[in-house]
Amino acid sequence: MLLIMANAVDEDGGAAGCTVEDWMAYDKEVKDAGILVSGESLADLVTATTVRVAPDGGRTVTDGPFAETRELLGGFYVIDVPDLDAALDWAARCPGARDGSVVVRPVADFGA
Amino acid sequence: MGEWPVGDGPVASVEAVFREERGRLLAALVRRFGDLDLAEEVTSEAIEAALAHWPVDGVPPKPGAWLMTTARRKAVDRLRRDQAFAARLAILQVEADRAGPVPAAELDGDLPDERLQLFFTCAHPALAAEDRTALTLRCLAGLTTPEVARAFLVPAATMAKRITRAKKKIREARIPFRVPGADELPQRLPGVLQVVYSVFTEGYAASSGPRLQRLDLAEEAIRLARILRRLLPAEREVAGLLGLMLLVHARRDARTGPGGELVLLEEQDRGRWDRPMIEEGSALATVALTGGPVGPYGVQAAIAALHDEAADVAATDWPQIAALYDVLLALTPSPVVALNRAAAVAMRDGPRAGLALLDELAGEPLLRGHHPYPAARADLLHRLGRDAEAAAAYREALGLAGTEPERALLRRRLGAIEETRSSSKGTRHGS
Repeated sequence: MLLIMANAVDEDGGAAGCTVEDWMAYDKEVKDAGILVSGESLADLVTATTVRVAPDGGRTVTDGPFAETRELLGGFYVIDVPDLDAALDWAARCPGARDGSVVVRPVADFGA
Repeated sequence: MGEWPVGDGPVASVEAVFREERGRLLAALVRRFGDLDLAEEVTSEAIEAALAHWPVDGVPPKPGAWLMTTARRKAVDRLRRDQAFAARLAILQVEADRAGPVPAAELDGDLPDERLQLFFTCAHPALAAEDRTALTLRCLAGLTTPEVARAFLVPAATMAKRITRAKKKIREARIPFRVPGADELPQRLPGVLQVVYSVFTEGYAASSGPRLQRLDLAEEAIRLARILRRLLPAEREVAGLLGLMLLVHARRDARTGPGGELVLLEEQDRGRWDRPMIEEGSALATVALTGGPVGPYGVQAAIAALHDEAADVAATDWPQIAALYDVLLALTPSPVVALNRAAAVAMRDGPRAGLALLDELAGEPLLRGHHPYPAARADLLHRLGRDAEAAAAYREALGLAGTEPERALLRRRLGAIEETRSSSKGTRHGS
């Protein structure tokens, strides 16, 4: 899984430093390579809502979080590749790696 | 393949040979089964079997092949016992086969050398720096976990945990066992060299503790670099790294005095330097400097060679050393390199020029807490006759220095300055 972390968010809510064309080109590459499992771009952060459930079952809903953390999750790809080096190559080609960073996490394998 | 002991040879030498070959066997098994834990387990079992059989039955004609066959048989047994594990490995193996060609034919019927890919796995940038070093010592130098722990002065349980965590990351994040392609090599090789060099520097000047040198680690690093040099004969930075380590290690006997105290380069008895090692290192430095742009290890080897080839400090080619530091600073800009460059400039152009360069570095955060910085300033201040400032700088360095021999050296220098200061004061009072 490639978690696309944005450093700074511009007025349109997109990661600064890369264009829509960059993203479309990358998205096409991932699809054409036949490795895409799933992927989403997340909506603007002002739409985020947080839920916490207390030990007594009480539910707290809050607006946000806003830019409390320095890096924000902006979207993700789940890809199917043989090893970490292949995953790192795809992460490095992702436009989000240029201004922010891309965190590579294997999806847990609970074994067949 | 290396030399094998004859059947009736002492067991200690049998074990020494196994240590040399353990990494080779392990690498071949990792390649075949794609799992480091399984490969380690059956490597140990095969070596135990050899220790039991060879002294009785004699060493087989192809010892490497014997070990490999034994280990593979044990691995197959293990996989039969654990079907779920086998299924998982089978999937990995299919992917590994798809990913690359099957290793080259076993030329002389003995083991092919597949350690290079294990070097790159152990030094993978996805692993923490300290884990890379520990894994390389464990898997390629053939050290046991308690030996690695002792080398780094940490409890064995801590090191075992660290190695287990690193192996888990390799397995679960699927760090591959492969040699990077020619296009990736320039990016990945420095990581491997860095691991080997950090083993060396750790052994050469322990950052803490009573003993200054831990020779075992320095020698392990040289051994690892020799393996790399054989595996990557065209890479000049590998030659540079091996050359650098040999040229520094050649001074080991002169570096500490009879009481274990630190002896600086300028005061060392150069008759105690290891001449054959210097010759080998200088030849490697020449290789590293010839035939294309030079890398940082090649430059450092050349600097070390100039020191080692000089009869004494005065006869040292300081202009060339200062020029090489200019090159090194351009290749790897860092305040520590700039500090060494300033010391070389001081030898070439005098202490005032060196001190001016050092003072430019005063604000560097990386030099804050780095005792060689105030110690170098103290030395130059003393040479300029500014002893009050020199004494203050030595005191500052003393507050930061790590090993006891380093602190003892600083105390001696500080003591010498204070003595001349008080006696000169005494003279003034008397006159």
